[in-house]
Amino acid sequence: MSKIIEVRGLSKSYILNHEGKESYTALRDVIAQKTKKIFSFSNWKSTNKTKEEFWALKDIDFEIEQGDRVGIIGRNGAGKSTLLKILSRITEPTNGSIKIKGRIASLLEVGTGFHPELSGRENIYLNGAILGMSRAEIKKHFDAIVDFAEVEKFLDTPVKRYSSGMYVRLAFAVAAHLEPEILIVDEVLAVGDAQFQKKCLGKMEDVSKNEGRTVLFVSHNMGVVSKLCNKGILLNKGKIEIDGEIDHIIQNYVNFNNLTTEGYYYDQTKANGKSNFIKTVVLKNSENHTKSDFTFNEKVRIDFVLNIDEEIPNLQIGIGIQDKLQNRVSTILKSITYFNKNDKNEIHGFVDLPASVIAPNYYSLVVAIWAKDLVINDIQENICPFRIHDNGSDFALYEGYDYGSVILNPNWYNA
Amino acid sequence: MKTTRSNNEDWDLVLESGRADRHYWKDLWRYRELFYILSWRDIKVRYKQTVLGAAWSIIRPLLTTIIFTIVFSKIAKLDNPGNAPYALMVFAGMLPWQFFSNALSESSNSLIGNANLITKVYFPRLIIPASSVITSLVDFAISFMILIVMMFWYHYIPSWHIVFLPVFIILAFLCAFGVGLYLTAVNVKYRDFRYIIPFIIQFGLYITPVGFSSSVIGEKWKLLYALNPMVGVIDGFRWCILGDPLNWRSFLFSFVVIVIFLIIGISYFRKMEKSFADNI
Repeated sequence: MSKIIEVRGLSKSYILNHEGKESYTALRDVIAQKTKKIFSFSNWKSTNKTKEEFWALKDIDFEIEQGDRVGIIGRNGAGKSTLLKILSRITEPTNGSIKIKGRIASLLEVGTGFHPELSGRENIYLNGAILGMSRAEIKKHFDAIVDFAEVEKFLDTPVKRYSSGMYVRLAFAVAAHLEPEILIVDEVLAVGDAQFQKKCLGKMEDVSKNEGRTVLFVSHNMGVVSKLCNKGILLNKGKIEIDGEIDHIIQNYVNFNNLTTEGYYYDQTKANGKSNFIKTVVLKNSENHTKSDFTFNEKVRIDFVLNIDEEIPNLQIGIGIQDKLQNRVSTILKSITYFNKNDKNEIHGFVDLPASVIAPNYYSLVVAIWAKDLVINDIQENICPFRIHDNGSDFALYEGYDYGSVILNPNWYNA
Repeated sequence: MKTTRSNNEDWDLVLESGRADRHYWKDLWRYRELFYILSWRDIKVRYKQTVLGAAWSIIRPLLTTIIFTIVFSKIAKLDNPGNAPYALMVFAGMLPWQFFSNALSESSNSLIGNANLITKVYFPRLIIPASSVITSLVDFAISFMILIVMMFWYHYIPSWHIVFLPVFIILAFLCAFGVGLYLTAVNVKYRDFRYIIPFIIQFGLYITPVGFSSSVIGEKWKLLYALNPMVGVIDGFRWCILGDPLNWRSFLFSFVVIVIFLIIGISYFRKMEKSFADNI
């Protein structure tokens, strides 16, 4: 394995102009301002322009080896797109250097340069050239491209008459037949139907794993990233948070994404003389770290403290898991007598929800203490919001589709 | 310093601030196929989209020529130094002017029109205005057919100078390209600049010898007049096609102006190019 990309001290700054509403300058404004300056001597040094330097990337260092499939992840505004734009030479870095071996092709959008008036055939040549293929290369792959896109019948139809599915298929097909040493891909899989996405992903896997090409891939879809990539770079606010093996990176991303570690904490000022009530409910991982984002193959620990002043027969704790539409996914319960009470009449317990069962999605909890005949002592609804991130379940490709909230993993047999 | 240099040679591509210049001209050659295909796209789309299509590039210069002939020859009664019919003289000037004005308006809007490409893929940006000037060359070729028809109509045999016509076509091309490069780069920076461009072109028509011969300009104004680069180009066209006398001194002057425009255009474009993707 040899280094194919070396990035040293890479930074990119943009000047934010707070004054203008538009992203571009108008000559009219410039002239108006200059004249204003000339005529208003009192405001000679007027600095009503509030310019601010914004570092989209700051001192990035990393190396990529040949054949690596690198997932670049991070939240919105972390600098992922800027990094891709610099790597694909669309914009220049402000500081630092990037050294690259071999030909680089970038796919920041599906169907860049497609012209609606031109036919499918013509657009294949146009798009191919834009992506950096030579005419000879396109000719060589022409049949394969048409085949992959499944548009034989419409080759001579202007693409403006294509369905959006056909359009995307054709566009991806051209890109998939690029043969650069380094391929840069930005979330293009977010389009097209699930079946085609799967095909694209298969093709990308093929390109990287079997043909030994280097792929840089940006996506928000952790499931796809973990399926496709073996290495990862986690960006945060223009800096590299961590880089290394992809599983480790995704785990970090999920931990690090914990902005809402909102557990439930009992509010004393609102106490209305209940004798049995829920004091705290907090989500943790197996190492007892408080968090709200979990990977699919991680256990979710629900840690709770209850205050039990009054012993009532058959007192139970029940925890309901509900999805983002507040449909109940499942309910678990346990008798209070199972737990030990401390001298402050408190019960501290936890329960681990099994890993690899709750489907990747957003959830919250309903926690209640009740006695026989559903006499509720205390109930807290919509608490402890949490998210399960896909890190390579069988459904990674179907993110956004409703495939249920529970993933069963049954044994299958030949009858 | 030396060690970093030898180190860099192991790599195919080094991206640093301000370093793009090194591969620029090499890249321009490498991306020549993209240049062909973008030119081809522009031409194809242009004639596909308009109803009149190619007919438009015949009707427009023809009608303008008729009007100019009536206004300048019959009403203003301006001199025609050569022995060619006045209409032919107007048309010989109309050809390069129409090419220049088309090329200028096309190329100055070319970057904005291709913003989606600029923000998504790398290629030397010079290709975009260059290919839009090429498109106008096709219009020019079609209009040229009318010239041939007109020569038959007037039973006019061109002088042997016509073999030099390609030289002046290239000159017209460079003139439009140089000015177009500058304007399109300014256009990215100042978005309202495009409203000024039609005015520049219209203004240019009045100060360019299209409807009349440049020989009507007084001798002491000749050099000042030649500051307008199209004066040299149009005089050259008339020298080639009609055998009109060519004032070499003023032609040389126009030529120098074209070269200066070209240098300014390219260097300004290259300077602004780095920030196109950020500004557009």
